[in-house]
Amino acid sequence: MTVAPAALDALMLARWQFGVTTVYHFILVPFTIGMSLLVAVLQTMWYRSGKDHWLKATRFFGKLFLINFALGVATGIVQEFQFGMNWSQYSSYVGDIFGAPLACEALIAFFLESTFLGIWIFGWGRISAKAHTACIWLAAAGVNISAAFILAANAWMQHPVGAVVNPETGRAELDGVSGFFKVLTNSAFVWEFTHVVTASWMLAGTFVAGVALWWMVRAARSGGEAEARNVWRPIAQFGLAVLAIGIVLVGATGHIHGQQVFEHQPAKMAAAEALCDSGPNAPFTIAAFGPLDATCDQITHVGEIPGVYSFMATNSFSGEVSGINDLNALYAQAFDVPSIAPSIMLTFWSFRLMMGFAAFSVILLIWGFLATRGGKVSTSKGLSKWALLSLPMPFLAATFGWLFAEFGRQPFVVYPLNMDPNNVFLRTQDGLSTVVPAGQVLVTLVVFTLLYLALGVVWFLLMRRYVREGIHTTHPVTTPEGKATDQALSFAY
Amino acid sequence: MTLTWLQLIWFVLVGVLWTGYLVLEGFGVGSGMVMHLVAKNDAERTQVQRTFGPVWDGNQVWLLTAGGATFAAFPNWYATMFSGMYFALFVILLCLIVRICAIEWRSKVASTQWRARWDKLQTGATILVPILFGCAFGNLVQGMRIEVVERANQTQAVPVTDSMTAADINMATSVHYLTGTGGLADNGFLSLLTPFTILGGIMLALVFATQGLLWLRVRTDGPVHDRAARLVKPFGLAATVVTAVFALWGQFAYSTQVLAWIPLVICALSLIASVAMSHSGRAFGAFLAHSVAIAFAVAWVFSSMAPYAMKSSIHPAYSLSLPQAAATGSTLTLMLCVSVVMVPVVLAYTAWSYSRMPMIVELDKLGPNAGLPWKRIREGATFLSA
Repeated sequence: MTVAPAALDALMLARWQFGVTTVYHFILVPFTIGMSLLVAVLQTMWYRSGKDHWLKATRFFGKLFLINFALGVATGIVQEFQFGMNWSQYSSYVGDIFGAPLACEALIAFFLESTFLGIWIFGWGRISAKAHTACIWLAAAGVNISAAFILAANAWMQHPVGAVVNPETGRAELDGVSGFFKVLTNSAFVWEFTHVVTASWMLAGTFVAGVALWWMVRAARSGGEAEARNVWRPIAQFGLAVLAIGIVLVGATGHIHGQQVFEHQPAKMAAAEALCDSGPNAPFTIAAFGPLDATCDQITHVGEIPGVYSFMATNSFSGEVSGINDLNALYAQAFDVPSIAPSIMLTFWSFRLMMGFAAFSVILLIWGFLATRGGKVSTSKGLSKWALLSLPMPFLAATFGWLFAEFGRQPFVVYPLNMDPNNVFLRTQDGLSTVVPAGQVLVTLVVFTLLYLALGVVWFLLMRRYVREGIHTTHPVTTPEGKATDQALSFAY
Repeated sequence: MTLTWLQLIWFVLVGVLWTGYLVLEGFGVGSGMVMHLVAKNDAERTQVQRTFGPVWDGNQVWLLTAGGATFAAFPNWYATMFSGMYFALFVILLCLIVRICAIEWRSKVASTQWRARWDKLQTGATILVPILFGCAFGNLVQGMRIEVVERANQTQAVPVTDSMTAADINMATSVHYLTGTGGLADNGFLSLLTPFTILGGIMLALVFATQGLLWLRVRTDGPVHDRAARLVKPFGLAATVVTAVFALWGQFAYSTQVLAWIPLVICALSLIASVAMSHSGRAFGAFLAHSVAIAFAVAWVFSSMAPYAMKSSIHPAYSLSLPQAAATGSTLTLMLCVSVVMVPVVLAYTAWSYSRMPMIVELDKLGPNAGLPWKRIREGATFLSA
């Protein structure tokens, strides 16, 4: 085993590995959260109305949901294991608090989602339609409870309430049983959770609307007027409705959550706005340029809109906000870090890319609404192209949102509560498994990345294949013994 | 620091969660291991797949719960064990990822070749999983090269004298780590591989394969059933013999607990009962007896470790004791309440899910696969062509 190059030290490699595996997992997660609910709603609409197009939609999107779910489960195991593998000092330091939501997630959520999803996949035709519909609801509940626990854990790292440092054991400990209720009622958790869940609705709504609009145009242009009108148009409108709700709520929760971050993690928001000097009327900067590790004096600001950042943070255009220089003067020494702020460029741009990519869905919503209102069926190639183009955009928005939350937390893995060094906090560098040599982390990082890449390609090809198949296949369905069957497609493998 | 009742209960509960995983995924992973021995064509492999298809994901959650419970209830155990077994866990994760995709994606394309490739990957991945887990359990019994180092200066081991015990270690300033000697073995990776632990890997592989064969014998008909019934005899015998050698070796060489003889004897009797029932054709009884044997094997591993979470092979004072590893009473109490409420609920709906599936997956009634033909993807010029 060769020693890793000096620049790629163990800390850097472990951070890269955590970043790669988490971001990859988080591409799949919002789709699972949003889609589990949408498939449950679609199936319920079929169950209640008996209308054929809702059944078709359930099966069509159900299969896409399952292809995605498999990879989400597979990449999720890594998440639980690598806290101990790569971040053992972190695990040891905060395990008394952080471990509990993870254990609850497994016990309360994972069993629920996996067991009922198993019955949902294989139970079609074997249990009553009512019980079968209940199964997808229970699975969706499991998915959302899982999201709640894991985000409670993450929100605790951002805003570690309900914990005290015990000098005898040298670690952070739960502040009595009530400490756990503080973790679960953490204001940071409430808004982080609602922001992620509504972002998932936006993402799933964009997916359903985008696919349905594309198919509507495609069907209408190739003589399938009836299919476009009777099947794809209602599905598209359903997707657009979810998208509309998602967009409004994701904006509202984002605004509230942002103000909270401003209060809890002032350096994160200052970096997100590349704001160096404190003062009133702080501007929103459209673009900022500088090297990746830029310090305040190396940044070029382009297009400053005065007062808007002050408004975002304080609801007042003349509000007083802190800049990075002042925050450093106040805190850098107390926490023994070179700078209290994260990488300005990464934080600034991931924040903007999050919002920028979300804009595609806004346009899709308006365009899709106009093209389908009043019983219209669109044949516009432009709409169909935009619908396809929009599909990956909320995935990117969610990814950059996640990156923003995690980059912005640096140089801490557990952010100091109220910026007080006497409270629980942990610098990222102090959380590492120093016992694992850099060479091993390099090997695992490379192999994980390559395996994820390969599986990602298969995932994409399968998703694309199933989207392109549409709702009624012309292929004869055969049993594994090679006998043709007229049974409708099942989910079973 | 003395052991509290809560800590002991959680130590037992972690063992129970591992038992759940090894019994339930024992047959799921085990079926994947022996798939190519008992199934000779595509339809038969699908039949094997269908026996555990609806339940494997729920079964795997036992592993995640065992990991999560270790993290919550014994954070220092989780930290020392997972960083110490870094590379082994990494390989396990790769295998689990490949296995999951192989199970879930094998029928997404209607092609015999596509399914055959995923099935081969599944068998390859599933063979490695019990070998590595068995090796890990062997290490827990045998003890690992654990040292205590200063938090502030982690290159330096805390000096110990012969009279010191684990209780003399100051947990506020030090941390338990697996240490080793350079190269890939930098964190003692190669020290995890000893004849004893390798035998542990072989043992668990044989136990899983037997568990899989016993399961398939109960849940299938036709040629798969017949082959499983034939193969389970030599596999069951081999598993019993290797388990006996491994357990006696561990008990005499590494265990300090006389009480560990109790689960060891029960495990041995259950294994013998399982083999006997296998031979007399009582398939379901053999499966149950084998599951009981797995439970008591875990009980033996845990009781031979107690009162330590991680035994040090370097010096007893370097061992991580359960009180040192444990979370606070608040966390343990809280998690116990959650478990008391949730575990019966989970068991109830898991039982319901098993009852909804047919007892025997019949070869002639497999029904359709969900896959689409791959070929159409290449047809049609562009995404936008109508």
